[in-house]
Amino acid sequence: MEKTHILSILVENESGVLTRVAGLFSARGFNIDSICVAKTLEKNESKMIIATSGDTQILEQITKQLNRLVNVIKVQELTDEDSVVRQTVLIKVNADETTKSDIFRIKDIFGGRVIDVSRNSYTLEVTGSERKIESLIDILRPLGIKDIVKTGIIALQRTRRSS
Amino acid sequence: MNHNSKKNLMTGSKIIIESLIKEGVDTIFGYPGGAVLNIYDELFNYKDKIKHILVRHEQGAAHAADGYARASGKVGVVLVTSGPGATNTITGIATANMDSVPIVILTGQVPTNLIGNDAFQEADTVGITRPCTKHNYLVKDIKDLAKTIKEAFYIASTGRPGPVLIDIPKDITSSVYEFDYPETVELRGYSPTYFGHHVQISKLAAEILKAKRPLLYTGGGVISSNAANELKELAELLDLPVASTLMGLGGFPPDHPLFFGMLGMHGTYAANMAISNADFIVAIGARFDDRVTGKVEEFGKNAKFAHIDIDPSSIGKNVKIEIPVVGDVKSVLSSLLEILNNKTEEISSAKYDRLGWLEEINAWKYEHPLLYRMNDIIKPQYVIEKIYELTGGEAIIATEVGQNQMWTAQFYKFKNPRTLLTSGGLGTMGFGFPAAIGAQIACPDKTVFDIAGDGSIQMNIQELATAVQYNLPVKIAIINNNFLGMIRQWQELFYHKRYSFSEMNVNPDFVKLAEAYGAVGLRAKNPEEVVPVIEKALSIKKPVIMDFVVDKEENVYPIVAPGSPITGMLLV
Repeated sequence: MEKTHILSILVENESGVLTRVAGLFSARGFNIDSICVAKTLEKNESKMIIATSGDTQILEQITKQLNRLVNVIKVQELTDEDSVVRQTVLIKVNADETTKSDIFRIKDIFGGRVIDVSRNSYTLEVTGSERKIESLIDILRPLGIKDIVKTGIIALQRTRRSS
Repeated sequence: MNHNSKKNLMTGSKIIIESLIKEGVDTIFGYPGGAVLNIYDELFNYKDKIKHILVRHEQGAAHAADGYARASGKVGVVLVTSGPGATNTITGIATANMDSVPIVILTGQVPTNLIGNDAFQEADTVGITRPCTKHNYLVKDIKDLAKTIKEAFYIASTGRPGPVLIDIPKDITSSVYEFDYPETVELRGYSPTYFGHHVQISKLAAEILKAKRPLLYTGGGVISSNAANELKELAELLDLPVASTLMGLGGFPPDHPLFFGMLGMHGTYAANMAISNADFIVAIGARFDDRVTGKVEEFGKNAKFAHIDIDPSSIGKNVKIEIPVVGDVKSVLSSLLEILNNKTEEISSAKYDRLGWLEEINAWKYEHPLLYRMNDIIKPQYVIEKIYELTGGEAIIATEVGQNQMWTAQFYKFKNPRTLLTSGGLGTMGFGFPAAIGAQIACPDKTVFDIAGDGSIQMNIQELATAVQYNLPVKIAIINNNFLGMIRQWQELFYHKRYSFSEMNVNPDFVKLAEAYGAVGLRAKNPEEVVPVIEKALSIKKPVIMDFVVDKEENVYPIVAPGSPITGMLLV
């Protein structure tokens, strides 16, 4: 069954680790939809968030193989329900006198910011769930999107509330 | 004492060799080259402590270290230069990786400042070997050198064993640093599970007692964790029938009434029927390879599965497992025996319930034993049977890949662990002979054979010079049918006898070839000559090639057509 999966992978911050991890996906013909890597608070430690889609059983196999890598400290699959998932988009959209106010209104609805302005374009920065980013794009598309860049998604497990 | 002064200063080359000595290494298989000249120069000072075996091709070094490791259980060590030296070892590394063999490969690299510069004899060795090693390293700082070697040996030999490569730039080997070999390793992301979970083992014990038609499916993990005794004890305690993979042969006594031979594509009728009719299968250090399972959906289709393996990623990979037990085979079997040994009553009733099941498997065994028909041409199976008889089953037998390998598995009865050295996973032609060389060095008092085909022996024949140089009395038995026999067999059975490029129209005269290298060459052309040739070879304390001119169109039977269930065997 095809499904989107988010893996949170804690690794030692050494050269070649990204290749080792990515290699496990490519060797099985698995596409990585997005990947974010940055250092954690610990020295010599990084966290990767990989979004991928594909067969659940193959993903389970990949997870086990990831655990086998010497530089991988911990692998965790995160789900929408038990974690917060965010993505940031920078989107440059056509703007003229008739559309400027629309763009501002949309920006406010989506809780974003205008971070660059020129005579005929605005650049917005918006952070949110993947679905939210997709609907922002849908709404802005009729105005003419000049350029767009998205970060990969990042995710963090929610703290369990004690009852 | 002055704490600031650095004691024990050494060059990187000396650090490497001193570290190897700390790891108990006394043998290296290698081939010198520009990037490792500093190491070789230092090695010259250690002639009395480390034996360096000069191979004739780096692939030979990797296979020899692999054969050394398989035969002895120790870590095999390879030393080669950068670029082509490293790339020539790839097949050997991939072979060891697929069969979980502990070797450490030291490769030279161009100096640090030239890396990425397309320098002379430069290759991205860590990049190339990443997918075919258990782990690999590029040493960028001499401070990390000793620690890296310590980790490499630890990773190679623990958990599911495997090859670890260390790429060492030339400038690291000439710079100087304090030698302080670490006592321990600290690897946050690596801690193999040795002891199985108690709850899982208890479940397994209960299921084994409950099962009416149980079967042990045993693999290479039994050999690598030295668990043959525990396996025998378990099988005998409960009268459990045993079927082994190719890699597991030698892990259970071949003449034992509970042993039903190899399973899979060329497995015995009894083993394959037993798997398909069992109600509970315990896979022990085996990995459900496609050559074992045939059509995987039909494999053990009437059974529940338990799986004991040290590598969690092997469990549930191809077949759904009801009772997974992650752990070292030896340790898990010991815990299992401890639980079972307290259940005398259940055991006797379980044994009683299973008499019919054992009778059934025995009936299959007598219905279709492994057979071949003698005539006036030498039959390959006959050669192997005679090698078995004349060595009393006590020899170490390396094989190449193809028909020679399968006939060896069927007709040589492996009594002891670590006596069959064969490339089971990667299926590397050219593996057997250098592996036999490595095994002969590890076990100088043993008789070591390479059972080869006329195709595969030519893939690393250059190592005959190595065998002669070090006076290694390895016996090469060439099953010579002037064909790539297994290819020909498939073409006969599955490609309407279209023998597309599988005939070896030209072969060297193997007897003369042996003589040219300074070895001994013998030939047998008819069945009466087989025994005298083997006897003569065994009496000669030198490398010997035996050229057995065999029936060209003999096939390996049983055979399961690719993609078919393993019950769909073609029998003779």
